[in-house]
Amino acid sequence: MTTTEQTLLEAIRGAMHDALAWDARVVVLGEDVAVKGGVFLATDGLLERFGALRVIDMPIAEAGIVGVAIGMALHGLRPVAEIQFADYLYPAIDQILNEAARMRYRSNGDWNCPLVIRAPFGGGIHGALYHSQSVEALFTSTPGLKVVVPATPHDARGLLLAAIADPDPVLFLEHKRLYRTLRGPVATGQGATVPLGVAACRRPGRDVSIITYGAMVHESLRAADALAHEGVDLEVIDLRTLVPLDRDAVLATVRRTGRALIVSEDNLTGGFAGEIAAVIAEHGFADLDAPVRRLAAPDVPAVPFSETLEDAFMVSAAKIMTAARELARY
Amino acid sequence: MTQDTAQPVAAVGDAPRPPDGTDPALLMELYRQMVLIRRFEEKCQEMYTKAKIGGFLHLYIGEEATGVGAVSALREGDHIFTHYRDHGHAIARGLDINALMAELFGKVTGTGKGLGGSMHFADASKQFWGGYALVGCHLLLAVGTALGDTMQRKPGVTMVFFGDGATNGGEFYEALNFAQLWKLPVVFVCENNLYAMGTPLEVHSSVTEIYRKAAAFDMRAERVDGNDVLVMREAALRAVDHARSGQGPVLLEAMTYRFRGHSAQDVQKYRSKEDVERRRSGDPIEVFRRQLLAWGVIAAADLRTLEHTIDDQVEAAVQFAEASDEPGVEWIRQSGVYAAAITVDPPIHGE
Repeated sequence: MTTTEQTLLEAIRGAMHDALAWDARVVVLGEDVAVKGGVFLATDGLLERFGALRVIDMPIAEAGIVGVAIGMALHGLRPVAEIQFADYLYPAIDQILNEAARMRYRSNGDWNCPLVIRAPFGGGIHGALYHSQSVEALFTSTPGLKVVVPATPHDARGLLLAAIADPDPVLFLEHKRLYRTLRGPVATGQGATVPLGVAACRRPGRDVSIITYGAMVHESLRAADALAHEGVDLEVIDLRTLVPLDRDAVLATVRRTGRALIVSEDNLTGGFAGEIAAVIAEHGFADLDAPVRRLAAPDVPAVPFSETLEDAFMVSAAKIMTAARELARY
Repeated sequence: MTQDTAQPVAAVGDAPRPPDGTDPALLMELYRQMVLIRRFEEKCQEMYTKAKIGGFLHLYIGEEATGVGAVSALREGDHIFTHYRDHGHAIARGLDINALMAELFGKVTGTGKGLGGSMHFADASKQFWGGYALVGCHLLLAVGTALGDTMQRKPGVTMVFFGDGATNGGEFYEALNFAQLWKLPVVFVCENNLYAMGTPLEVHSSVTEIYRKAAAFDMRAERVDGNDVLVMREAALRAVDHARSGQGPVLLEAMTYRFRGHSAQDVQKYRSKEDVERRRSGDPIEVFRRQLLAWGVIAAADLRTLEHTIDDQVEAAVQFAEASDEPGVEWIRQSGVYAAAITVDPPIHGE
């Protein structure tokens, strides 16, 4: 096993390349994934290497992309479908929630639906109404589906390989702002998968636990570095997968610090942060020295375009510092 | 290319003899399947009235010739997807009627161990991928299995059933476009029974000859009399051959009619009793029965014996379902939400 420096995007592309090379059942499909190489070039070069039967340009019709992928998955293939932006998952939502997520259950465990749907999500890139949203909460509430959100290049590769190998449908949400801005060491090789359902502690600390995922991991780490100068010691937990959720890791960190700040880029109300808060309230109440606190985006229906407004919308290191400072003092 | 074989739904006349080369055993098998579906569903209605079957019950009664004729054109290894009115296709594909009745009773011996019920019969061993209740959603899944066969260079054909109402939704167009673009081995069978639930065809579709919708994709299409099992079978054989030989998908519009309401609770304000009675006089099973006798393929006594045997089988299915156990409450989780129990290790520190 070797380790190389890669961006998040390179790690994702490498994982798909290697999965196609290692397993003849793997097929990549989506709008513009073949000739163009993907809207973000995540699939660049795969058509040339693997051919048009393994890397398939689909019509821009999301229900069709996902529905066809489900049929292929039922038939024993391992499709990796790309939806260009997570906001575009909505036209395919019946296929994902009503069909893919239920195949195993409706068949009493007889049928596998080993499907991966990759979709770039998240704001901070001036994408506005249809190119910025965090959509995870729509999907975490449907059992049968797994939801993965990598925060590092290493995890992006390892989790994507695990998702492709997983016999159940996986929604794989990639933060588009991190695609090229984030570089890091990536272990390559066939064994270098990261198991679904295991959180990572990115920074041990004594005072407040930050429980987060995706790009907010990095905002939280910046906040932690800054607050260290003030003598506030933050622990940062990267959930890595929302479903299955590593409840033990959530409860263990609360046990260590007694204070929980859940950070999410999604809207506050009904977001996944609420589920984490509920887990802590139900199972970790006795360990708490302060109320559970959520820090999330305001309850507006979309990420606004104007830089000023988008900055106001986005959770940032500065906002995390303020919230964590208050919680540490409670 | 579309091929205009449009005819109004005609009562099937008593032809003087069966089509050339038709094996009498095949004719009997088609008749057996149609009667089995009819008797099975009449029993379903009876059990529903007795509250042995709950939920929603959508009967295929009147449409048997379409499903039996179409499915008879398939081979082992071919795939079927269908809609929520799925009893007929399941029986035609040879699913065990004991397991089907048990599923309707919500018993653990059912095809889905009681999780699915009427609208979701399925059997992976027969590549019968089940009934789907959102009209049109499963057309895309069917395109997926066909793409899977193409990718793996397997000779399978996927047949997918849907109603006239489903052809107004976007997924119909997504599926036809991609299937034709890739010349995928799919046979799309639109069962045009003239109503999308309670909305008449001319109220819900700008084009009432559904097969013409395929013209938008340069796809081969035919409108056929779905109430004549032999006509349906011949059309399906042509379509399946076309698809299997790599020439691309086909849209078959089978003209048929449902004798019962949309579901067991339907009071049918959208059509008159006289209309339904007039249609019943051309009952596809009765017409086919008269043909078989007129052709001298089988003696009346043998037909009666067959019908009695079917009645016994359906009664036995009810007894099987009655005697079967309810699923234990543990099934609510054990039935497979995910492939295996999720094991969660301690968090990885300081990676």
